[in-house]
Amino acid sequence: MSAVVPIIETRDLNVRFGGVHATRDVNFTLAENELRCVIGPNGAGKSTFFKLLTGQVKPTSGQILFRGKDISKMQPHDPGRLGIGIKTQVPSLFNGLSVWENVWLSARRVNSTAQADRITRETLERVGMHAYRDVTAGLLAHGMRQWVEIGVVIAADPPLILLDEPAAGMSDAEVARTAELILEINRQHALVVVEHDMNFIRMIARKVTVLHQGAVIKEDTPDRIMSDPLIQQIYLGKKPH
Amino acid sequence: MNRFAKSWTSAALSLAIGLALLVGLPGVLDDYTLIEVTIYAVMSILGVSLAFIWGFGGILCFGQAAFFGLGAYVYAIAVMNMGDSTVPFLLAIVVPALFAALLGYVIFYGRLSDVYMGVITLTVTLILFNLINSTAGPEWRIGSAALGGFNGIPAIPTLNLPGLPDEVLTPKDLFYVTFSCLLLVYLGLRVLISSKIGRVIIAAKENEQRVLLLGYDARAYKLFSFTVGGAIAGLAGCLFANWGAFTSPTIFGLAQSAQIIIWVIVGGLGTLVGPIVGCVAIQWLTSQIGTQQTLNSNLVLGAILVVFVLLVPRGIVPSIGDLIDKAWRRLRGSKSSEATP
Amino acid sequence: MDLAVVVFIQVLYAVASLVIVSAGLAVIFGMMKVINLAHGEFMMLGAYAVIAALKVGVNLWVAIFVVAPIAVGVVGVVLERLVIRRLYGRMVDTMLATWGLSLLLVGIVTSVAGNTTAGVSAPLGSFSVGAYSVSGYTLVIIAVAVVLALAIRFVLTRTQWGLIARGTMQKPDMANALGISPSRVYSVTFAVGAALSGLAGGLLAPLTGVVPTMGAAFIAKAFITVIGGGPAILAGLIGASTLFGAINQLATFVTTPVFGEVALLVAAIVMLRLLPQGITGRFFKGSL
Repeated sequence: MSAVVPIIETRDLNVRFGGVHATRDVNFTLAENELRCVIGPNGAGKSTFFKLLTGQVKPTSGQILFRGKDISKMQPHDPGRLGIGIKTQVPSLFNGLSVWENVWLSARRVNSTAQADRITRETLERVGMHAYRDVTAGLLAHGMRQWVEIGVVIAADPPLILLDEPAAGMSDAEVARTAELILEINRQHALVVVEHDMNFIRMIARKVTVLHQGAVIKEDTPDRIMSDPLIQQIYLGKKPH
Repeated sequence: MNRFAKSWTSAALSLAIGLALLVGLPGVLDDYTLIEVTIYAVMSILGVSLAFIWGFGGILCFGQAAFFGLGAYVYAIAVMNMGDSTVPFLLAIVVPALFAALLGYVIFYGRLSDVYMGVITLTVTLILFNLINSTAGPEWRIGSAALGGFNGIPAIPTLNLPGLPDEVLTPKDLFYVTFSCLLLVYLGLRVLISSKIGRVIIAAKENEQRVLLLGYDARAYKLFSFTVGGAIAGLAGCLFANWGAFTSPTIFGLAQSAQIIIWVIVGGLGTLVGPIVGCVAIQWLTSQIGTQQTLNSNLVLGAILVVFVLLVPRGIVPSIGDLIDKAWRRLRGSKSSEATP
Repeated sequence: MDLAVVVFIQVLYAVASLVIVSAGLAVIFGMMKVINLAHGEFMMLGAYAVIAALKVGVNLWVAIFVVAPIAVGVVGVVLERLVIRRLYGRMVDTMLATWGLSLLLVGIVTSVAGNTTAGVSAPLGSFSVGAYSVSGYTLVIIAVAVVLALAIRFVLTRTQWGLIARGTMQKPDMANALGISPSRVYSVTFAVGAALSGLAGGLLAPLTGVVPTMGAAFIAKAFITVIGGGPAILAGLIGASTLFGAINQLATFVTTPVFGEVALLVAAIVMLRLLPQGITGRFFKGSL
């Protein structure tokens, strides 16, 4: 049986900031086209872990491998170039440019001009923002900005997509819509979704990684995670219904 | 830029006006006024170089005069040594461009911020000023060209037709060459701005983090625009040396760099036409001030800069553009066209 | 041996000059994150204040240590109210506006005092070290720099005002909570910075020709020293001044004054490339 290279693998990953051990011996593996949610209470190290994957934080020890290649020392523009699409926690768009131009810039990096126009249109239709293509991105409501940003990310067709709280600040209807979108994207891309919202996670996840104090304490299906007494205790007061 | 400014319509309009002036002015103006218009055109090219890197690239260079001066000096030294002006003309563009590339590499690949950009470019222009200013002795020469120190280099040979060293340009010819260069630079930049490279440059100014996340190496794009800016300023320097047949170290001075910045702020940061307007307006104003005794040009320019930064931060052309935009929308009776899907 | 002593004194003098010339800018930038490009002109005003005071018969030392700082301090208050205040947080706009102010001040002074160079003769004569003579005023400059550094440290750490100022710079709300208006703190801080610049100008009046454009020679050095120094006001000021002053003087000694200046400027660029946060961004972090 041939060994299948995971799309992302971390080995004994550790990050220390001064006295804080933000990431502890994390061994995380994601297969191609797999969708994984990463959860944990505040201070669990979710954002640090996310930033490790995006290259914004460098590991103190351990390795991060993207399709078998060590990416622990990346320049800021390397993840995008290598095929890792990133949506940060705070939406990061070109506020002064139109929705179309935002997505086009992403599409154009991996396609010729003619292709880029077509892909931009298709992407906008996929995220449901085609009608707003000429609107200046900075003027959009929060939920729509998130969708545009997802569009920006998928326009470059990256094999791995990292989403940090894609459903944050959204109404229930918007959250459902986002979940649909993510599942649709998952048909052809691997995804790591860092999230808080348990309901949202239940809508999209098959496997969840739980972080606590920087370490992975459990990896399982959402239902088993939710019914685990230890995890319920950690999330004291945040019991899902 | 608002939609109109961005569009090809506005570019075509500007070019049409430019062509009309190119063709029409020599018929209408006497030689003396034509020579004055030529210097406005030369300085406009310089202004456009900063307008591009600052307004579109987000690079505030306090020492754009460095590339301007290098262009002038390189041309002077080269043409005095070579006789024919073709290679010197090219060198006057290439050498400042290379210098900009080197400097840009140090700044952008060192990931230094805005403020440091300002310090370093300011410093570099001062270094050049100090160095050239002190080369007054006869031992300071490159080939047959004496650097002249604070005296400058006089009697710089004018451009000649390529390959024909005796066919030197007349003042009227120089007007045509200079003005054509201005139009070509404007056209070239408009094309660049709407190309992929240009769009990435503009996006990097808008949100560098997002551009990096998309996989574009923002440093390389900034380096590119800074180099282009240096090349254009060098071209202006060469034309300046031709216009006055003279160049001196003051070309590297803070005062010159300040002027360029003032043209862009007054004319409008974020457009190409604005700084041309600003340049012409300020140049004209400065020459008017020179004719009287009460007001000092430093005083007036300083006051203008302060007033504009405080009260008209977008500059003349965009502000007028905004007014036109508002009036137009009021006429059409609709709300902001930007938010309508 | 004598040569070594003289060179040593000259290096101390170069460092001291940088400290004095940059102190005002360091206070304003360090405390308010405002890049005051009119700093050179504040110095110029200080020099002219000394000249004006001398004309009226004021003693030279009083003119330098009292009249110059106060006069320029007042100018600072006025400019802060009228211009700087409206641009807080907009670093680039402040740079541009203060550049405009610098041109404006040069223009005003040229209109009022004319373009000719005025002079003040250096007091205290000179003394000999072996075969070399050293100006007594050089020692004054060195002494003033030391006292100035100590005074800044004292005011910022030991006085109530210094503490409030430092607190306000970090958190404007804190000043409000203490019943002090932040804008008053900014005003005073800017005035103090301006006064220091005026003092520097007054001190330098006997050494350079006093002309409306004299500020230009100092703004770059001061700017570089402050940025190169990094976030810690005093440690940065002293660190950068020492580094650049020493390089400047030693290069001058080996070549010419012009190359000395160039060496200083090049050193600054190299240093900023290596230490983008300035000296105290990496070393002596967290100190004053």
